[in-house]
Amino acid sequence: MAHDASTHHDDHDHKPHGFVNRWLYATNHKDIGTMYLVFSLVMFFLGGLMAMVIRGELMFPGLQLIEPEFFNQMTTMHALVMIFGAVMPAFVGLANWMIPMMVGAPDMALPRMNNWSFWIMPFAFTTLLLPLALKVFFDIGGGGPAGGWTLYPPLSLQGGDSVAFTIFAVHMMGISSIMGAINIIATILNMRAPGMDLLKMPVFVWSWLITAFLLIAVMPVLAGAVTMLLTDKFFGTTFFSATGGGDPVMFQHIFWFFGHPEVYIMILPAFGIVSEIIPTFSRKPLFGYKAMVYAIASIAFLSFIVWAHHMFTVGMPLGGELFFMYATMLIAVPTGIKVFNWVFTMWKGSMTFETPMLFALAFVILFSIGGFSGLMLAIVPADFQYHDTYFVVAHFHYVLVTGAIFSVMAAVYYWLPKWTGRMYNERLGKIHFWASAISVNVLFFPQHFLGLAGMPRRIPDYNVAFADWNLVSSLGGFAFGLTQLLFAYIVWDCSRNKSLAKATDQVWEGAHGLEWTLSSPPPYHSFTTPPVITDSMLAHGNVAH
Amino acid sequence: MKQIGMGLSRIGIATAAMAFSLPGMAAVDRWKLNMTPGVTDVSQQVYDLHMIVLWICVVIGVLVFGAMGVAMFRFRKSRGAIAEKWAHNDKAELVLTIIPVLILISMAWPATKVLIEMADTRDAEMTIEVTGYQWKWGYRYVDSGVSFISSLARDSDDTRQLGSGLDPHSVKNYLLDVDRPLVIPADTKVRFVITAGDVIHSWWVPALGWKQDAIPGIINDQWTLVKEPGIYRGQCAELCGKDHGFMPIVVEVKPKAEFEQWLAAQQGANAGAEPVATLAEPVAAEAAPSQG
Repeated sequence: MAHDASTHHDDHDHKPHGFVNRWLYATNHKDIGTMYLVFSLVMFFLGGLMAMVIRGELMFPGLQLIEPEFFNQMTTMHALVMIFGAVMPAFVGLANWMIPMMVGAPDMALPRMNNWSFWIMPFAFTTLLLPLALKVFFDIGGGGPAGGWTLYPPLSLQGGDSVAFTIFAVHMMGISSIMGAINIIATILNMRAPGMDLLKMPVFVWSWLITAFLLIAVMPVLAGAVTMLLTDKFFGTTFFSATGGGDPVMFQHIFWFFGHPEVYIMILPAFGIVSEIIPTFSRKPLFGYKAMVYAIASIAFLSFIVWAHHMFTVGMPLGGELFFMYATMLIAVPTGIKVFNWVFTMWKGSMTFETPMLFALAFVILFSIGGFSGLMLAIVPADFQYHDTYFVVAHFHYVLVTGAIFSVMAAVYYWLPKWTGRMYNERLGKIHFWASAISVNVLFFPQHFLGLAGMPRRIPDYNVAFADWNLVSSLGGFAFGLTQLLFAYIVWDCSRNKSLAKATDQVWEGAHGLEWTLSSPPPYHSFTTPPVITDSMLAHGNVAH
Repeated sequence: MKQIGMGLSRIGIATAAMAFSLPGMAAVDRWKLNMTPGVTDVSQQVYDLHMIVLWICVVIGVLVFGAMGVAMFRFRKSRGAIAEKWAHNDKAELVLTIIPVLILISMAWPATKVLIEMADTRDAEMTIEVTGYQWKWGYRYVDSGVSFISSLARDSDDTRQLGSGLDPHSVKNYLLDVDRPLVIPADTKVRFVITAGDVIHSWWVPALGWKQDAIPGIINDQWTLVKEPGIYRGQCAELCGKDHGFMPIVVEVKPKAEFEQWLAAQQGANAGAEPVATLAEPVAAEAAPSQG
């Protein structure tokens, strides 16, 4: 090891004292990472609560709990909170915690900007949630936005003042994301320890480098789209209104030019995480490291030329439909390479099945199922049937819940012992995994059937033919929601309960990479002197070839 | 609270209904798993395409997940497996890139053929203008001038109110029934031109095999040719506000002769009333306040 524990021991004393100094003025990558992760968990439960309201109403045909208008507010806010509040900050939190430790840096490149990009988030979400909260708790105003998270005009412009709140919140989130992305790029390109060549970086770091470029490319596009909505709504412009020479479909093109790369912003870091975990628990280097990196880069490139597959039914010319169909189908190739390589990594390994590995394996299978339905959705004539039905809802929840969120959970279990210096309760972790994996399929798999049988999405009530699978789905939903309380308990327990077993520096027998050479928990300023890197220390990017 | 109690008691009813629903109950097709093959040539082709891609995905899934399963069983540490060191195999990687490309081409080929056929709206024998409004559909037979508005049937509308106390199971075609269905002739290529008066809607009847967005300021077209007379139901498929879930579509396909009779009767009724051209105006006026 290039450093010994005693030189780092002093660093613990450099922690700022007092709550305000430590957290509000935080510049430490670990503290900011922790805040992102806690924020994400809070938003996950808030968005989950909204999902419970939705599934509660959809449990039986007829309206039992809420008015249709409020139902629409729930679906809209559920999506905005989960995408921008839960999934994205979770990955940024993991990036903050892990990237400096994985590349041998003391901290992020731009610590003060790091502070700012986090602290914008609570304000952005207060703004976003305020109209809904005022309505629910004080019966003031018309409630939150109800036009869907995609904010399609003219419908979204029919909303009240909540339109302005939503748009300003989106602006703030965008600024936060762009600053976070700049910081990550600066850290990866400038702060790597000597010997940490680009093509020796852990795949997680690679996936975030590419994701950060996607963020910088598309968040301004979203900002532009919502700004045009804002001026259409409040300042008399007609960008998206045909009566003034505008075009409602143009919004969809601009929105999805942001929206499709956004989908990959939420899944590329997941690819990175799984590419760390599977080699560790297979005790075998990642198969095809370079192919994995190139696959992520090609997926990122393709994400810019497939956006209109979200809009096959708007009435595009035949040539447009064909182009977007072929481009979309192409994504299956690099994605397939990734899945094959994960399976090859396991092949002739020596596998054990701790909780992080269980979540990673479930990710591979269930994300692939989401990929299959994605391929089906790419087939334009079939999409004319699938579009805007529960089949689509099932598809993107497989990709986002059993994809993105399962990968975040895998990552938390994987690195939690490193963060806290204690092993989490493995038995409870396994219970959490199995309960989640079963209930999430009871929740989302029947939604494929509902969509194929003809149930449109975003409706609060339905024909009795759809009643049975909706009941099954709702019961699965409540079970999945309750199960996540166990997750919160396990994390809390691991960070507080001093009687848990101490974690070793390496934590997992098969783990490789710089983060595992640091103590558990790691020193406050990760690598104060650059580590001397040997190939055996490197992560699965140990590429002798 | 009463409603929640009612809801809970329905779990019992629903479970009981599940047990008995399989044989006999022709009225409602419950536990449905798959897409309808529909009633047109196009919808059948769409269904076939869906099934081809589905089965290809199933086969790939079985192979990949099967390989994973074998790996998880054979190469586990508890069985004494010792990890090997290799980390790449250029030949395997190349083969596993080329095979997916070939599979994709085999899917894209038939998909392209069907899509080209669907896009061909030429040689239609009649044209119907469909206009989406919050929250009803307007239909106009362009050649004959007949037009009317089609909205949710009264019994469904009463039952769907929050806390109505009425049981959706007792309503025939709950939320899929309208006061005035669209009537089209069998064995005739019908062209639809689709637009909207306020926000974006989407006109979707699964049995016809497609949906098409209805967008204010834009006119989309689609076509269908139904051989067999019958009644086919669908719904608005694009979120269009609070009553998005409550603007169904019913298409009644009549034999040609019957259709002509029906159309003549409508023309008679229309002749007594205002001319057709005024159709859009009252509805637009009605929709205007909600746009503010």
